[in-house]
Amino acid sequence: MTRAALRALAAYWARAPLQLAMLLLGLALATALWSGVQALNTEARSAYASAEALLGEADLDRLEAASGRIDEADHVALRRAGWQVSPVLEGRADLGAARVTVLGIDPLTAPPRTGAAGPGLAADDLGAFLGGQGRGFAHPETLDAVVGAAQVDLRADTNVPVGTVLVDIAQAQRLLDAPGALSRLLIAPDQPTGLPPLADIVPHLDRIAPAGDGGLAALTDSFHLNLTAFGLLAFAVGLFIVHSAVGLAFEQRRAMFRTLRALGLPLRRLMVLALAELMALALLAGLAGLALGYWVAALLLPDVAASLRGLYGAPVPGALRFDPLWALAGLGMALAGALAAGGQSLWRLWHMPVLAPAQPRAWATASAAAMRAQGAGAAGLAVVALGLGIWGDGLVAGFALLAAMLLAAALAVPVLLAGLIALVGRAVARAGPVAEWLAADARQQLPGLSLALMALMLALAANIGVGTMVGSFRATFIGWLDQRLVAEAYVTARTEDEARALRAWLEPRTDAILPVWSVETTLAGQPARVFGTADHATYRDHWPLLQSSPDAWDRLAAGEGVLINEQLARRADLWPGAALTIPGAGAFDVVAVYSDYGNPRGQAMLGIDAFTAAFPDAPRRQHALRLPPEDVPALRADLQDAFGLPSTLISDQAAAKALSMAIFERTFAITRALNVLTLSVAAVALFASLVTLSGIRLAQLAPLWALGMTRRRLAVLDLARTVALAALTAVIALPVGVALAQVLLAVINVQAFGWRLPLQLFPADWLRLTGWALLAATAAAALPALRLARSTPGALLRVFATAR
Amino acid sequence: MTALAITDLHKSFASTEGPIPVLRGVSLELAPGASLALTGESGSGKSTLLHIAAGLEPADRGEVRVAGAAMTGTDDDTRARLRRGTVGLVFQQFNLIPSLTVAGNLAFQARLADRHDPDWTDALAQRLGLADLVARYPEALSGGQQQRVAVGRCLAARPAVVLADEPTGNLDEATGDAVLDLLLEACAEAGAALLLVTHSPRLAARCDARLHLRAGVVAAP
Ligand SMILES: Nc1ncnc2c1ncn2[C@@H]1O[C@H](COP(=O)(O)OP(=O)(O)OP(=O)(O)O)[C@@H](O)[C@H]1O
Ligand SMILES: [Mg+2]
Repeated sequence: MTRAALRALAAYWARAPLQLAMLLLGLALATALWSGVQALNTEARSAYASAEALLGEADLDRLEAASGRIDEADHVALRRAGWQVSPVLEGRADLGAARVTVLGIDPLTAPPRTGAAGPGLAADDLGAFLGGQGRGFAHPETLDAVVGAAQVDLRADTNVPVGTVLVDIAQAQRLLDAPGALSRLLIAPDQPTGLPPLADIVPHLDRIAPAGDGGLAALTDSFHLNLTAFGLLAFAVGLFIVHSAVGLAFEQRRAMFRTLRALGLPLRRLMVLALAELMALALLAGLAGLALGYWVAALLLPDVAASLRGLYGAPVPGALRFDPLWALAGLGMALAGALAAGGQSLWRLWHMPVLAPAQPRAWATASAAAMRAQGAGAAGLAVVALGLGIWGDGLVAGFALLAAMLLAAALAVPVLLAGLIALVGRAVARAGPVAEWLAADARQQLPGLSLALMALMLALAANIGVGTMVGSFRATFIGWLDQRLVAEAYVTARTEDEARALRAWLEPRTDAILPVWSVETTLAGQPARVFGTADHATYRDHWPLLQSSPDAWDRLAAGEGVLINEQLARRADLWPGAALTIPGAGAFDVVAVYSDYGNPRGQAMLGIDAFTAAFPDAPRRQHALRLPPEDVPALRADLQDAFGLPSTLISDQAAAKALSMAIFERTFAITRALNVLTLSVAAVALFASLVTLSGIRLAQLAPLWALGMTRRRLAVLDLARTVALAALTAVIALPVGVALAQVLLAVINVQAFGWRLPLQLFPADWLRLTGWALLAATAAAALPALRLARSTPGALLRVFATAR
Repeated sequence: MTALAITDLHKSFASTEGPIPVLRGVSLELAPGASLALTGESGSGKSTLLHIAAGLEPADRGEVRVAGAAMTGTDDDTRARLRRGTVGLVFQQFNLIPSLTVAGNLAFQARLADRHDPDWTDALAQRLGLADLVARYPEALSGGQQQRVAVGRCLAARPAVVLADEPTGNLDEATGDAVLDLLLEACAEAGAALLLVTHSPRLAARCDARLHLRAGVVAAP
């Protein structure tokens, strides 16, 4: 009996292979995108964790100098006094073909790493290896990038963040050309008792507590939240595909269930069999989904890594590892998702009277009451979104606003479409019976297609919103670069002596030499950088000020005021008129706020005199040069002849702009990939819905065929209907997308990055996107339409003969 | 001119055991305004004959002419055009377009054939007792009501031939009789020829003539 029942259940799928394919595709897609995003997040987070856990620095107090440089003598003095401190030197250097972060440590005194982030490097191993001359550790990817670097012998270790080489402190001093210099001293948590206070030994050093918020992890949270939201959305869309496929399969097998039960199969056994069938399908789809998800993640990881590096300077490797736990979790999601999507059908089966007739048509249409409920839900969520927009504060409120807004719009799609179709229907009713029927039919088909159309609307809105955001950002960014990169050339000396000689040499050859001198410090409790700024027209005439007091530049030059970037101003709520304390330099009035895109951290500008007085030890090796643009190539050649400077240390304006634009494009690499992916998911959902519905579509079209419409005409009309619905959906998506862009620019960006950008509109992009949407809809509807055009008279005539 | 002329019609269906002949040389003629009952065992090919006559299915051999125009040996578009304008079809069930109201269904074929006469359609709706139901959708109608709408829709287009395949097969006797009365009267009034497929000798007896289909050929009843 059981075996016969199983065979009967399975026979259905053999007769409906497309429906089976849609079920598997939906579930595989849901699993793939969800687990793919999980893989990306896990990989990136583990990269942050390993970056921070490398030295266990996240938990340790440290000593730093305002200038950013500590003399080795201070280290010696502290150790003599009995303090357990360990030196670290960190800097950027060219190694082979790549520019990397050099991290120098003392293996003997380096604190044992906190275990949170995986194995780390075993201490003895580290000591033994780094003790040798000219050796170090680097991530395999870094090794590939620095190929040909003769200065140091590197060994691969995946615990080292990408783009970093870990070496002994002496080695680091050599690579960074900073003999006797240290960046910071880590203070071991357990110190002997009775030590003299730090302030007595090293009064010029500041003790700084660890940030405590996980640094990168916190900074990148919004990015990962975005990815997770996308994964969840894709998962939901996939599940809806499964839901409709399972629902229809159960509905169409009602007669068979009835027969099986009439033949004596107990309901309990039937339930177990149906459940087993569902789980077997889920397992199959889940495995396929995992493979697909891994592939998608591996494909996207380079973009994600590029975006994370561009946005936050976060070191994320471009290659994916396989984690069995991830695979298990993904399979679990697939099974749970299948249960959730098929639950309703199973429940109905359990409660089905033995003699209930099948109603696949009723199954595909929804009552007016359901429509009203949906409309009410949309309105309620819209009110919530409005409330969050007015009173909400913080990143979480921003995302809640986004979610409420998008959900409201999605729920409103069928209601709005019904309204639009009614309008169109009234207009075309006079045109003839076919137009009237088409409108009425489209209206009746809505419930079956509404989920797919919602997905399409969300995908289009996301594309428009994110595209508008990036486009607005790009336009603003280009204008900002023009203001910010005014100097014709930038030159960096290798040493302070060389810098002095350069300044003397450049003096007669340029119109102006503007210092680009800076120190790392902490401003208003955040890591930040302070620059010394010359009093020059370059700044007065061009600097991208957002807000300023009238005599800002004079007060800056006089050493009374400070300019800060927008990020710092927003986070610390410091605007012109407020006061800012710069450690080691004193308190200054904030006289202006300037925009500073592409930099996640705070920044301040002091007058050059105030800067040099406060930070006499700050490196003074970088300068911006003003000269006639046509003289730049000659100057560059002369500089190389006179000083033997490598060309990488001399950049002209065009190169600097190109570099900035490249970083900008890299920052948004992942958004393009996600845009294409969301649109594809929507197209697949539409295709799945149409294929699923095509099973009962014949019954709706057969009367029309009998009344004298050809199959070809019906197929063309069906195709046109789907494309028209997609076009109407695009019309709805447009305002939603613009609203989304506004929320991203005015709420999310401000919270996540600290800058607010003006909204700009790009109608040409909308047209192109609408074109893509219509193309996707055509592609999705093509196969069902083709099958309709090719259906046999026998198949159509059966409609009038079979009991339904 | 005859309303429907069928000459030497042959049709077989392919099966795994080779072609199964269903119609093996059927001929019949029907004058305008006349009615003919077609009876025969289940599986004898009555529906197949009707489908070929309506241009829904191609014949293997033989000819069908409706109101003088050839239905067989023509392309899809011609057959569809003939179906719209010359033929009226009533099946046993599922005749109606689910997304249109009763009013929409009643007028549909007439409008499709560009022959819509609102007064005539209204009169038909009155005759068929559908006047109160015009705003409803088919799923909210009983089986008898649905069949009456199908009859009305077919006659509203003023076809030369009405082909009805067990139009009362799903109805109880009283309702079936009422629907058939309407069909016969309306056809006579409109001057349409009626080919009625039925299992019931009682209903067949009410037509002008009767034919019996056996072993693929026409036999005396
Ligand atoms: N599309 C088809 N493919 C194969 N065989 C078919 C097809 N349509 C009909 N047949 C066969 O042709 C024969 C005649 O069928 P038809 O439907 O015309 O019979 P009928 O006289 O209308 O029977 P009933 O009184 O039961 O409606 C039957 O044996 C049937 O199985
Ligand atoms: Mg029949």
